[in-house]
Amino acid sequence: MYTEKVMDHFMNPRNMGEIENASGTGTVGNAKCGDIMRIFLDVEDNIIKDVKFKTFGCGAAVATSSMATELVKGKSIEEALQVTNRSVMEALDGLPKAKVHCSLLAEEAIHAALWDYAQKHNIEIEGLEPPKEDVHDHDHDDDEE
Amino acid sequence: MDKAIYFDYAATTPTSKEVLEEMIPFFTQNFGNPSSVYSIAGKNKEAILKAREQVATAINAKDDEIFFTSGGTEADNWAIKGIAESYESKGKHIITSKIEHHAVLHTCEYLEKKGFQVTYLEVDEYGRISLQDLENAIREDTILISIMFANNEIGTIQSIKEIGRIAKEKGVIFHTDAVQALGSVHIDVKDMNIDLLSMSAHKLYGPKGVGALYIKKGVKIKAYIHGGAQEKRRRAGTENVPGIVGFGKAIELAYANREENTKKIIALRDKVVKGILENVPYSRLNGHPTERLPNNANISFDFIEGESLLIMLDMKGVCASSGSACTSGSLDPSHVLMAIGLPHETAHGSLRITLGDKNTEEDVDYLLEILPQIVQRLRDMSPLYEDFMKMNQ
Repeated sequence: MYTEKVMDHFMNPRNMGEIENASGTGTVGNAKCGDIMRIFLDVEDNIIKDVKFKTFGCGAAVATSSMATELVKGKSIEEALQVTNRSVMEALDGLPKAKVHCSLLAEEAIHAALWDYAQKHNIEIEGLEPPKEDVHDHDHDDDEE
Repeated sequence: MDKAIYFDYAATTPTSKEVLEEMIPFFTQNFGNPSSVYSIAGKNKEAILKAREQVATAINAKDDEIFFTSGGTEADNWAIKGIAESYESKGKHIITSKIEHHAVLHTCEYLEKKGFQVTYLEVDEYGRISLQDLENAIREDTILISIMFANNEIGTIQSIKEIGRIAKEKGVIFHTDAVQALGSVHIDVKDMNIDLLSMSAHKLYGPKGVGALYIKKGVKIKAYIHGGAQEKRRRAGTENVPGIVGFGKAIELAYANREENTKKIIALRDKVVKGILENVPYSRLNGHPTERLPNNANISFDFIEGESLLIMLDMKGVCASSGSACTSGSLDPSHVLMAIGLPHETAHGSLRITLGDKNTEEDVDYLLEILPQIVQRLRDMSPLYEDFMKMNQ
């Protein structure tokens, strides 16, 4: 059900771990829905020098976290903001429909970490919204008649 | 991956060689329609009679109380909708439990939309209903109690005989979904006062697409499928002769060797449970410690999610299942694990190992060798584990 790329990022996740004294961290998702993502950023001169993640979740959740960190690593904050759930999905050659919410979670986790960075450093990042309460509200598929 | 160890016998079983051999002639030589008058068709009629007898004998029913269906789901649908329709003039209240299979739960929800009232009994931490709760729930207008024999996820076996006794005393019809229990647990519909019992062949080394509903003589139930005289006009359609023959053989074999088989399986299951609980911290057994199916081990691991665990096991050649939301296509974890009181994150991190006839000590040793490493690997990735470790430093 998963593409080769998803499987690769799940079995060999990139940038898994934590950054001590990160310049920004963001945690999104909840245990109720079964996935929680945490992103750690190390930002220097507006550039994401390093990024790490930790994820509690399914194969797609781990793979999207891994891919999202790859896509923002070494980028400027403005470039990182351009990384959307769609670009994460495309980079993974797609996700099953039921797993699209995992890629939303990855986008939200990056944004939440950037928000935390902005708050801590008292700066304003144009176009960045505060983290949502629950990103799962988007995609509750019901299989009932 | 050369290795492939199957630990998901509760999902389905392979059709055994002996069963398949019985079935094969009915695909090719003995292909006649049992309803036809010529002699080759007559053979098939006899074959169905024999299978009916085999199924009836296994559960201590009479032959004419067995009605073949397409499987367990159809049997559950028929039992519940059929009783609801036949007895609605008496009342429109049904009692079931929160941990039933969806074939029962969704059918009850469907009936609720049609004006029936359904009481969903709670279960305790082991997944057992309270007999007191059951008695208290019975009303003047209660027409049906539907409580599963054994749970498919956590393996807990209910006090079926006691439930049957209460139902009989109160004059309420008692249906039990015995799909998961059939073949490995002693079932006696007379002694246990069961009025309707759902069965499926593919859980006991029989073929898929065939099952049966036991309907006690005297219980009124509407026809489920219209369009022919088959199954005493109650379930029309040309019989699945090879399937029915296979079911008969499979159930006969299961009960002929039941005690010997279960002894071996219980030993393996206990080794799985003990081995995991001893070697993986923050794990717990779900379901009843003793009143459980011989082949079921259901374990929860804190801080990790079940689907990722299943994929990693699959990469190592192990097939198992989980109550995680991600394996069900919804966002909620298993209703059964929630009903026994597990917190969401623990319910998401469950693993169901169900054993069968091909499993060996070596299979279990292999599982116990790879599982602790996989769980640790996922925990190292988990923010929940990170938070827990920091809190407990």
